[in-house]
Amino acid sequence: MTSAALRSRAWKLLEMVTTPLLPSDYLDLVSPLRAGADLRGRIEAVHPETGSAATIVIRPGRGWRGHTAGQYVRIGVDVDGVRLWRAYSVTSPTNRQDGRVTITVKAIPDGKVSNHLVRRAKPGTLIQLDQATGDFVLPQAKPAKVLYLTAGSGITPVMGMLRDIEFDDVVMVHCAPQPQDVIFRNELHDLVADKKLRLTEVHTDTDGMLDIARLDELVPDWAERETWACGPAGLLDAAEEHWTEHGVRERLHTERFRPSIVVAGDGGEVTFSTTGKTVDADGATPLLDVGEEAGVLMPSGCRMGICFGCVTPLKAGAVRDLRTGEITEAEPGVLIQTCVSAAAGPCDIER
Amino acid sequence: MTAIDPTAHLTAEQIEELGRELDAIRDEVIADRGEKDAAYIRKVISAQRKLELVSRGVLLFSIFPPAWLIGTAGLSVAKIMDNMEIGHNILHGQWDWMRDPKIHSTTWEWDHVSPADQWKHSHNELHHTYTNVIGKDNDLGYGIMRVDEDQRWHPFHLGQPLWNFINACFFEYGIAAYDLELGKNLHKRRRKNPEFRARARAVGRKIRKQVLKDYVIHPLLSGPSFLTTLAATFTANLVRNIWTHSVIMCGHFPEGVQVFERRSIKGETRGQWYLRQMMGSANISGSKAMHFMTGNLSHQIEHHLFPDLPSNRYAEVAVKVRALFEKYELEYVTGPLPKQVFSAWHKVFRLSLPNKKPKVNTPDREQELVAA
Ligand code: FES
Repeated sequence: MTSAALRSRAWKLLEMVTTPLLPSDYLDLVSPLRAGADLRGRIEAVHPETGSAATIVIRPGRGWRGHTAGQYVRIGVDVDGVRLWRAYSVTSPTNRQDGRVTITVKAIPDGKVSNHLVRRAKPGTLIQLDQATGDFVLPQAKPAKVLYLTAGSGITPVMGMLRDIEFDDVVMVHCAPQPQDVIFRNELHDLVADKKLRLTEVHTDTDGMLDIARLDELVPDWAERETWACGPAGLLDAAEEHWTEHGVRERLHTERFRPSIVVAGDGGEVTFSTTGKTVDADGATPLLDVGEEAGVLMPSGCRMGICFGCVTPLKAGAVRDLRTGEITEAEPGVLIQTCVSAAAGPCDIER
Repeated sequence: MTAIDPTAHLTAEQIEELGRELDAIRDEVIADRGEKDAAYIRKVISAQRKLELVSRGVLLFSIFPPAWLIGTAGLSVAKIMDNMEIGHNILHGQWDWMRDPKIHSTTWEWDHVSPADQWKHSHNELHHTYTNVIGKDNDLGYGIMRVDEDQRWHPFHLGQPLWNFINACFFEYGIAAYDLELGKNLHKRRRKNPEFRARARAVGRKIRKQVLKDYVIHPLLSGPSFLTTLAATFTANLVRNIWTHSVIMCGHFPEGVQVFERRSIKGETRGQWYLRQMMGSANISGSKAMHFMTGNLSHQIEHHLFPDLPSNRYAEVAVKVRALFEKYELEYVTGPLPKQVFSAWHKVFRLSLPNKKPKVNTPDREQELVAA
């Protein structure tokens, strides 16, 4: 018998010992970051960067496969007891000696996770991790000239790149409301002092928004540069247009932080994605009834919110709890009780 | 179905107002639910796992009597925690709001021969929706007992104290059979029903795993302590079964708890539903440890009003609920465990004998009772 087969036998036996739980349920108690466990990380330190941004140092579990500069990672954090998932760019270099990874988070107004991480996260806390992903990365072959065009927290993936590989000729144009809002400002200025980076800061509070046409004056040879741009949609749209106009669209790489803006209204178009049915629903009819009326096979029980026999994944959009008025937005892994939830805008129910 | 309706003094408006006040209590807890509650259930789960591990470890040496005693006691408590404060409550969806896929009603499995999803159907859906409605809620007497004066007596009922005792000892099997609706489904025609067969197979698989673990694997691992470990596990299961059976009997059987006719719930309003839960349940009074070991089902009244609120909140909710009972002049049935257990058993014995013809009787009701 091969050792793999032997190990799987042994595991089966262990499962018999621990049934109805799994051996990992017990192992997680002592070693949540071990190889073979669900991927998790432990927060080891929180370093403030600006008044509203902080870098979180995470020790990833043994299953962590590393990242490529520019990629992001999804993390699951328990905020007020509720597990919420968000994506953040990795800001540490890929060859960090101690194997830790860092993300740098800017607290956005009303942002549950970002405010929690920046202001309340404590070293020692376990978080859930996904493997790093994203194709906003540097190419294998080093380009001769590089431009980084960033705004606000759009600097985070680029910082991961800057820290990872040195290029001969790098220019960065970065926008932030005021000098003190520039994340990593000291480190950037150190790079400038060492002649490793040419930096233009645009302070939008005083200079106004960056007009993309000004690039000709800020970086005269911008069209010859391999460019990585990350920031708000407005900036990226303008950049894409500009690069296309000049026929150099293939030199521009952009990363959009998907804004999760759900407008919670009253009713909306409900999609039952498994069956492929779409119907209009008002804000008062339980989604269970909406689905059944549309001929979708919906699991159900008490129909009054007590048995949890109707829970179904909410894939997109938002729903309102008809008892409390509470809004639930779609996130991976979110299940709703369809008998006491109504559409609060367009939504997608996995049935 | 006592001759005098203890809610007769309430007007329809009052009942709806009562419902609104209960909704407000629920909303308050939900708005305040958070980190502390999440930390609580995680702590309980981790304590249970550690206790079970240590107890099973000690039982490896159960050939020595002190080890047997300690291991058996620990394992009994671990099994009770698994079923009561953890399993029952997670399967009610009380912790679904945490969005932790590992502590969720859709993924949890418990140390019990009834598979979680079958139990959720019969318990969450049938028992909690139709609480104490004769003919609808089979938790009333589990289909083997007469629980109300108005039910027709049958010589079979003479044995009900014995049935109840046997059911207590092998309670988890009783529940599994009950979740399968075995009585109904063993009829020749229904036995072949593919849906029933699939469920029966699932129970079979679960039983096999549970029995293998408790009565084969762990004793084998104990080597020379094989027999003593076997005896210890059997004892722990017995203790757990009798304990949960007692707690559950106290929830709906003690004197003073009302049962309802099927037609009484037609077109029931939210307020009326709440009122039925209030009149159909009974509490157990006692210490914090007592509440914990019953999985907070000692707060059965509160649990039936708000089955999806985290169990660690029932104690604080109980104060407000009790005030409402007083305000609306309703009887809050509660008492210490021995008293409630005695009261429930007393009823089992009393109703095993025929009683005088029920005072109120309509043909319609007679039919229902026969159907029940
Ligand atoms: S059907 Fe029972 S909770 Fe929705």
